[in-house]
Amino acid sequence: MTAVLENPATESPKPEVGAVPSFEVTLRIRRYNPESEHGEESTWDEFTVTAHGTDRVLDALHMIKWEQDGSLTFRRSCAHGVCGSDAMRINGRNRLACKTLLKDVNPDKPITVEPIKGLPVVKDLVVDMEPFFASYREIMPFLITSGNEPTRERLQSAEDRERFDDTTKCILCAACTSSCPVFWTDGQYFGPAAIVNAHRFIFDSRDEGATQRLEILNDKEGVWRCRTTFNCTEACPRGIEVTKAIQEVKRAMITRAF
Amino acid sequence: MAQAQTPSAIAAPRSPYARRKTTRGNFELYSWVFMRASGVVLLVLVFGHLFVNLMVGEGVHAIDFAFVGGKWSSPFWQVWDLLMLWLAMFHGTNGVRTVVNDYAQRDSTRGVLKSLLYLASAIVVILGTLVIFTFNPCPPGAPAELLPSICFPN
Ligand code: HEM
Ligand code: SF4
Ligand code: FES
Repeated sequence: MTAVLENPATESPKPEVGAVPSFEVTLRIRRYNPESEHGEESTWDEFTVTAHGTDRVLDALHMIKWEQDGSLTFRRSCAHGVCGSDAMRINGRNRLACKTLLKDVNPDKPITVEPIKGLPVVKDLVVDMEPFFASYREIMPFLITSGNEPTRERLQSAEDRERFDDTTKCILCAACTSSCPVFWTDGQYFGPAAIVNAHRFIFDSRDEGATQRLEILNDKEGVWRCRTTFNCTEACPRGIEVTKAIQEVKRAMITRAF
Repeated sequence: MAQAQTPSAIAAPRSPYARRKTTRGNFELYSWVFMRASGVVLLVLVFGHLFVNLMVGEGVHAIDFAFVGGKWSSPFWQVWDLLMLWLAMFHGTNGVRTVVNDYAQRDSTRGVLKSLLYLASAIVVILGTLVIFTFNPCPPGAPAELLPSICFPN
């Protein structure tokens, strides 16, 4: 402190030691509320908040909702990338708002935030996930076995577990399915997430429902609609190699057919 | 009473997003494999065709009626070109079918586009096949300098 007082004219005030620098950031948010005066029209709203380098897009959305416009509607639950509630289109890419730091999406320009594409918007950033879950249920995401229940846990070797490890990580956020251009025009397509979750059981050595699941996905609206654009792999916040999983399911079908 | 006619404030339960119909079967599987298999064969056929027509000997300058007539007098090139025609047409048609499926939003648009596509490729395949098999390299009355050497056996 004394050093600053000694030379006040030449030295600009230094930030306090340990202080986190803050910055202004503008969010451009796609709003939709059929009960408002805009009716069925979507509109863009801009909000400016003061944020820190440690803040995520979700924190900015909280600041807006809590301090500026309580009507802003979005889903979030865990706020830490576990529940899969807050997938949204941030600067044109599907991400989890709770895993995206503001400083990583260029806060110098307004950051656009839209609902994920291809699912019916209910309000603002909230979409109806039902078509997504309907496809998920269709691939039977549960263990299928025959015979008597064992009296102890079903053991599996580390290698057998490794076979489908990647696809066990899915949190059903729909970032992948709603990034897929085929799904945008064809809502009947099962979508990457359903295939990922089918993969998780098809390649599980303890499961006996692989044939049924391959049958279900060997559909005009199943794996063969995939055009290998890799949007899903890029979108997945869990880093799952989604396109690779889809290809592995395709390969299992081909080796079964020939 | 007026109250009895007031529609319920609660909307009817939303339609469950049911699959319109299941469309299982191996058709799309075979189509997917065919695209890759025909692609590999086309790679050989197309580049072999380009090499023989444009680079061997005098190259592109040698192409005239006589050149084509001479090639199609040989069963080898007839089969080559027939295979190239059929594979390219089925491959291309199937590829555009996929594109139409991906981009057409309404069933009626999709139907019209695919009908036009199948009609167009049927015409090309039938016409092309006909030409390859019925081609006469030595049409009577044609000027001799335009005809391939095989028209003058001696
Ligand atoms: C030169 C050798 C060729 C190879 C190796 C090849 C390979 C392929 C493959 C693997 C696909 C499938 C892509 C996918 O499913 O995502 C494809 C699609 C396609 N091919 Fe070929 N092809 C060849 C020649 C041709 C020719 C001669 C035509 C036109 C007559 C053609 C027209 C198409 C079309 C329209 C598609 C669909 C595009 C798409 O699905 O995105 N190709 N090709
Ligand atoms: S695969 Fe990834 S992007 Fe797709 S639903 Fe699961 S966690 Fe989300
Ligand atoms: S709020 Fe749970 S994943 Fe983002």
